[in-house]
Amino acid sequence: MKLFVCVNQVPDTETRVKVGQDGKTIDRSEINLILNPYDEFAVEAALQLKDKNGGEVTYVSVGRDSNKEVLRKALAMGGDKGILVKTDSVGDSYSVASMIASALKDSGADMIFFGKQSIDYDDSAIGTMVAEMLGLPSASVVVKLDVDEGAKKVVCEREIEGGKETVEMTIPCVITAQKGLNEPRYPSLKGIMAAKSKPIQEVTPSAVDSLVEVTEMRKPPAKQAGKILGTDKTAVPELVRLLHEEAKVI
Amino acid sequence: MKILAFAEQHDGKFKKVAFEVAHAAAQLAGQLGAEAVAVVIGKGVEKIAPELGGYGIQKVYAADDDRLALYSSTAYGKVLANAAESLSLDVILLPASAMGKDLGARVAAKLKAGLAADCIALRGEGGSILATRPVYAGKALIDLKVNSPKKVFTLRPNVFSPGSANGLPASVEKLSLNLQDSDFSSKVTAVSIAKAGRPDLTEADIIVSGGRGLGAPENFKMIEELADVFGAAVGASRAVVDAGWRPHDDQVGQTGKTVSPSLYVAVAISGAIQHLAGMSSSKYIVAINKDKDAPIFQIADYGIVGDAFEVVPELTAQMKKALGKD
Repeated sequence: MKLFVCVNQVPDTETRVKVGQDGKTIDRSEINLILNPYDEFAVEAALQLKDKNGGEVTYVSVGRDSNKEVLRKALAMGGDKGILVKTDSVGDSYSVASMIASALKDSGADMIFFGKQSIDYDDSAIGTMVAEMLGLPSASVVVKLDVDEGAKKVVCEREIEGGKETVEMTIPCVITAQKGLNEPRYPSLKGIMAAKSKPIQEVTPSAVDSLVEVTEMRKPPAKQAGKILGTDKTAVPELVRLLHEEAKVI
Repeated sequence: MKILAFAEQHDGKFKKVAFEVAHAAAQLAGQLGAEAVAVVIGKGVEKIAPELGGYGIQKVYAADDDRLALYSSTAYGKVLANAAESLSLDVILLPASAMGKDLGARVAAKLKAGLAADCIALRGEGGSILATRPVYAGKALIDLKVNSPKKVFTLRPNVFSPGSANGLPASVEKLSLNLQDSDFSSKVTAVSIAKAGRPDLTEADIIVSGGRGLGAPENFKMIEELADVFGAAVGASRAVVDAGWRPHDDQVGQTGKTVSPSLYVAVAISGAIQHLAGMSSSKYIVAINKDKDAPIFQIADYGIVGDAFEVVPELTAQMKKALGKD
């Protein structure tokens, strides 16, 4: 199978976000960049399929030169090669999806995997957008995946509010992966060494304008630390009273 | 300008988010001097469509077809995008729910529309729409504008008021559909709802969450008991989920669910930055933790620096009394 996994580079979850000088994006100095956590489940899903059915796994990332780090990280887990769609101006989901769709339109992909969302802008949209742009079926927020390569059929489960939906699709198709789909493998030392010699191809996309314009970024209003009501269960009556009379939530 | 509210329903019943989106569309239309209509997709939906009138929508277009009984990203996408095109609806509002996020992305790609996802505020001003949304799991907020002719907005559940249902029933027009088998290349074939009786995290008005400080998975029973008195959802920290004590879909935080309930009760959760990001927009936060230096107290409205095993059962008992449930 020809398997593709789209991966993104994001600030790690411990990051304390500061607003940058332009007042519209974050201050990127002093932040630690990692492979988007949900993309690890996408990588693992593709690698498991390759382990089972054979084929080729290619990673695609849109962004700056530093995105090669996440391509290398994924290649260290396994897979064959990377494609960096190189641009300094990463725009909205539509523009990123357009660049991925152009890069993949003649790829002959059987399945394209994404993380269910990128933990920077949290749109949860790019995978499904790419599917639509390529005219493919998709399932988002997938927690269980069953691929029948011979029958060209995929049966998967996606998470919905309070439960799951079973989704059936034909191959080729797009999957966005949710935590719980699998346990991503750790790159082995051998894998990390091997990744260094795996090819990463750079492509220059034609410019796609952002359809969305950020006019301002700011920190949310700081929550004030409230009242400490006590140090044991004798504080409970006061808590109940406040919830009822002040917060009015009960 | 016309505004379309996608009214999500399952099994012939509107979700609460449908009313939130309908009401938000009506309010936005009022600010912009525009008209708001709704589209409902499913099986047997023509008969529930008039309900939306109560929330400020006068006209509902119903895509009613047996094959649409369950969600299909491809078919729902086609129906909604076609409705937006043929009825000249330029602004599309959906809930940022499991269905709405998927459908919103598909429709945005189909219509070459910019997407403003997970909005927590919308304002119509001088003919344009300004949206506010959290990014980096709530560590920052952005204001944004969509510059394409068609615009898609998804609205975070539980943030927009559904208003109160007091309008006249909406008039309903059935959409003529031209669906082929090939439109169902992705389709839902079964739905299983796991936790009957307890609300889902993203929809819950009250959430009771437990952390590593509970010591063992069986101690979540105490959290569940408190949650049930409140009629609340049960959440968990990442540490607890990673330890296998709770399922992945219970996780609150940057790599779990981002929630905005009226009340969030954090029990034995210290408040790692990635957890705080996912819940700090809750209206009221209660923290129960024996470590007085736990970061959770920095954002809690009410804190008890004490032993959860003593405080939580007492809170459960007193809440039962207060709510007349004992």
